[in-house]
Amino acid sequence: MYKIVRKETLNDAAFEMEIEAPMVARKCEAGQFIILRVGEDGERIPLTIGDFDREKGTITIVVQAVGFSTKQLEKLEVGDEVTDFVGPLGRPTEFHDGLKRVVGVCGGIGAAPVYPQLKALAEKGVKVDVIIGGREAQYVLWADKFKTFCDHVYIATDNGELGTKGFGTTVLQQLIDEGVKFDEVIAIGPVIMMKNVVKVTKPYNIPTSVSLNPIMVDGTGMCGCCRVTVDGQTKFACVDGPDFDGLNVDFDELMERQRFFKKEEKYVDEHADRICDLMRGAE
Amino acid sequence: MADAVRRKPNMAKEKVKMPEQDPNVRNRNFEEVALGYTPEMAMEEATRCLNCKKPFCMEGCPVNVPIPRFIEQVVAGNFEKAYEIITEENALPAITGRVCPQENQCEGKCVRGRAKGCESVGIGRLERFVADYHREHGEHKTPHVEKNGKKVAVVGSGPAGITCAGELARRGYDVHVFEALHKTGGVLSYGIPEFRLPKTIVQAEADVVADYGVDFETNVVVGRTITVDELEEAGYDAVFVGSGAGLPRFQGIPGENLNGVYSANEFLTRVNLMKGYMFPDRPTPVKISPTVCVVGAGNVAMDAARTAKRLGAENVYIVYRRSEEEAPARKEEIHHAKEEGIQFKFLTNPIAVNGDEEGWVKSITCQEMELGEADASGRRRPVPVEGHTFDIETGTFIVAIGQSPNPLIRQTTPGLDTQKWGGIIVNEETMETSRDSVYAGGDAVTGAATVILAMGAGKKAAIAIDEKLSGK
Ligand SMILES: Cc1cc2nc3c(=O)[nH]c(=O)nc-3n(C[C@H](O)[C@H](O)[C@H](O)COP(=O)(O)OP(=O)(O)OC[C@H]3O[C@@H](n4cnc5c(N)ncnc54)[C@H](O)[C@@H]3O)c2cc1C
Ligand SMILES: Cc1cc2nc3c(=O)[nH]c(=O)nc-3n(C[C@H](O)[C@H](O)[C@H](O)COP(=O)(O)OP(=O)(O)OC[C@H]3O[C@@H](n4cnc5c(N)ncnc54)[C@H](O)[C@@H]3O)c2cc1C
Ligand code: SF4
Ligand code: SF4
Ligand code: FES
Ligand SMILES: [Mg+2]
Repeated sequence: MYKIVRKETLNDAAFEMEIEAPMVARKCEAGQFIILRVGEDGERIPLTIGDFDREKGTITIVVQAVGFSTKQLEKLEVGDEVTDFVGPLGRPTEFHDGLKRVVGVCGGIGAAPVYPQLKALAEKGVKVDVIIGGREAQYVLWADKFKTFCDHVYIATDNGELGTKGFGTTVLQQLIDEGVKFDEVIAIGPVIMMKNVVKVTKPYNIPTSVSLNPIMVDGTGMCGCCRVTVDGQTKFACVDGPDFDGLNVDFDELMERQRFFKKEEKYVDEHADRICDLMRGAE
Repeated sequence: MADAVRRKPNMAKEKVKMPEQDPNVRNRNFEEVALGYTPEMAMEEATRCLNCKKPFCMEGCPVNVPIPRFIEQVVAGNFEKAYEIITEENALPAITGRVCPQENQCEGKCVRGRAKGCESVGIGRLERFVADYHREHGEHKTPHVEKNGKKVAVVGSGPAGITCAGELARRGYDVHVFEALHKTGGVLSYGIPEFRLPKTIVQAEADVVADYGVDFETNVVVGRTITVDELEEAGYDAVFVGSGAGLPRFQGIPGENLNGVYSANEFLTRVNLMKGYMFPDRPTPVKISPTVCVVGAGNVAMDAARTAKRLGAENVYIVYRRSEEEAPARKEEIHHAKEEGIQFKFLTNPIAVNGDEEGWVKSITCQEMELGEADASGRRRPVPVEGHTFDIETGTFIVAIGQSPNPLIRQTTPGLDTQKWGGIIVNEETMETSRDSVYAGGDAVTGAATVILAMGAGKKAAIAIDEKLSGK
């Protein structure tokens, strides 16, 4: 049903997949995500919609293989199918009116969720720039795709192998110091990176949109596992987000909550072969 | 086949006992607690029914199962005939026989239960027996239905949606059920645990409905994947919304986002739907501390507590701000929970969850309560006993204080009127909403209620949809 039609390795940790899901492709907007499962007893894993093709009826996702389920997904090849694929979930990104210039700051696979948002803004005539950060050159993703509509594509690597030596925030701070006026910053990547972007933007009060990735189960508002605190209030990221006003997000709580199952996740990852055998036996 | 036999009623005061797993064995496994009657036990229990001229029991059943009629067939050993009679009115008897709060419904009205020290006829147990017997021994006939060319969309595959779909398919409609999750069944699949309602039974009863020609499509979130408006544009002549009341409530006390706090929905979904009870043989994690605290005293709280025990918790507490009298769970569940070693702290209200530096729950602070004046509903209101608080050391806190309808359908369906608390407003005669040809029923309308009420609503809506679309 949900057939993989394209697969590309991006670097030693991430891969890109295009999957057939016509109902999702027909309807999805920038900012939304999907949940998929690999195998009859597989976990439900949320992944942002990186790109979509309404005519072909496909969704592109960019995945970092970090543990059991993302590694199971990585094992699938073109022609294989994922067991379940549901979406689009979450609210589409709501862009403020009157935006003239917006910069996206992405860390690692954060490039995928930033891409459709900037593209949608560019299509509305907003000037968009992007800062892509990665540990090394191989982790800098989608620079060519961004070039098709971004005014500037800035790159930062930790070791200076490509672009500026440092982080995305290093570049962002430089641009602000140079007097570039951004009406909004869209920051998506690891939580620590989003937290650091907000540290840069907060003193200037630049509206900063972030996409939050707490642990989720259903993705429809039914379990409350995805609670985050924004402006002192509890929100369910899967239905109230995943985009939130970064200036008011409690990032520390989010990082703590993401660690809830660390021990169990590690165990499952280390015993993946045995679990896969058991799951196959059940099918 | 022999019809009702003339007989002397069996005047035994108590129901024939249902064999059960020993409490100290079952609180360590996920197999079904109650094992069901043998044919002999069922026939003996059935003879306790007086076959009343005016069967009060039926007044207590929201879907009017012809109780004395089916019981008479059990007396005679005609179990298949009994199944036919039940399913005239109730499409999911193996489920209702297990989970209906019978003491408030059919059995609550049974004349045999009126005299002091006497128990009602075990209607639920007999219903379950008949359904199980049919599933295991009966002949399955795929019904032939003449299609009428009309299409109906059903949102949600819980008991309301399944029942509505089944009733419409039997009447010749082309019915498509859209379910957000990857499995059908609603709460029956993700909420009620395996040890109370085995999932194979849920799927088997749903399959019977599918056999009438109902098409189930999972992984479709109505409001996101497709809206109600788009369903109508796609040619559905009517839409039934049975989306349940899945949105978990929290108490709003400090510390609820600490690691170790689950909503009962999350906890039960991880364990049931995602098979967390098999972790680490399955990948979805679930973890608890040696002491687990559950707040609430409904069926959901009992299920969460008994599940925690089975996952290996040493101490499981249920804290509830009112007294046992007011606990909304089925009596049998409270009884089973006690047998399994769940400890109840009534008149106790959690007021804070306390955490350590790394964001993990380490204890909860509770306020002692007492019953004060009766409120408008006639229930005595719990009020705090000034100065009496205490802590329970625990690493796991499960919140089971209720659910509300999910706002998604309301937010994405223009013109659909809802109550302030989110319930969809319907015409109670027809279950039609403020939107023409859009119907709703079950928990989405009433807020969290019962399986059989949801089924009743689904059926009522199906009849009204049929009347409207066939121009009757
Ligand atoms: C809205 C949203 C969008 C996301 N988009 C992407 C994306 O585009 N690309 C991508 O690679 N990753 C994305 N993620 C993260 C991705 O879901 C997790 O990396 C994945 O679930 C990890 O599964 P695992 O079994 O491979 O690893 P595990 O070893 O089980 O987990 C590794 C870490 O991932 C997080 N995680 C685990 N389970 C979940 C879960 N069910 N939901 C969310 N996080 C979890 C935890 O913090 C955990 O410590 C997104 C998450 C959310 C919530
Ligand atoms: C743990 C627990 C124990 C319970 N125990 C009992 C008991 O012992 N006895 C009893 O009688 N009752 C019990 N109940 C209550 C009973 O289960 C519910 O009243 C009943 O299931 C309601 O049925 P429903 O069809 O209205 O909704 P649900 O069973 O909630 O089903 C709704 C379905 O709709 C789907 N859905 C929601 N939104 C959408 C959407 N936008 N698009 C597509 N699909 C959607 C959901 O995923 C779900 O599958 C219990 C409830 C819980 C949670
Ligand atoms: S459906 Fe429920 S209430 Fe009705 S007879 Fe059966 S057990 Fe009793
Ligand atoms: S009220 Fe009780 S005794 Fe009378 S018909 Fe119903 S089940 Fe039988
Ligand atoms: S993931 Fe369950 S409510 Fe958000
Ligand atoms: Mg995992």
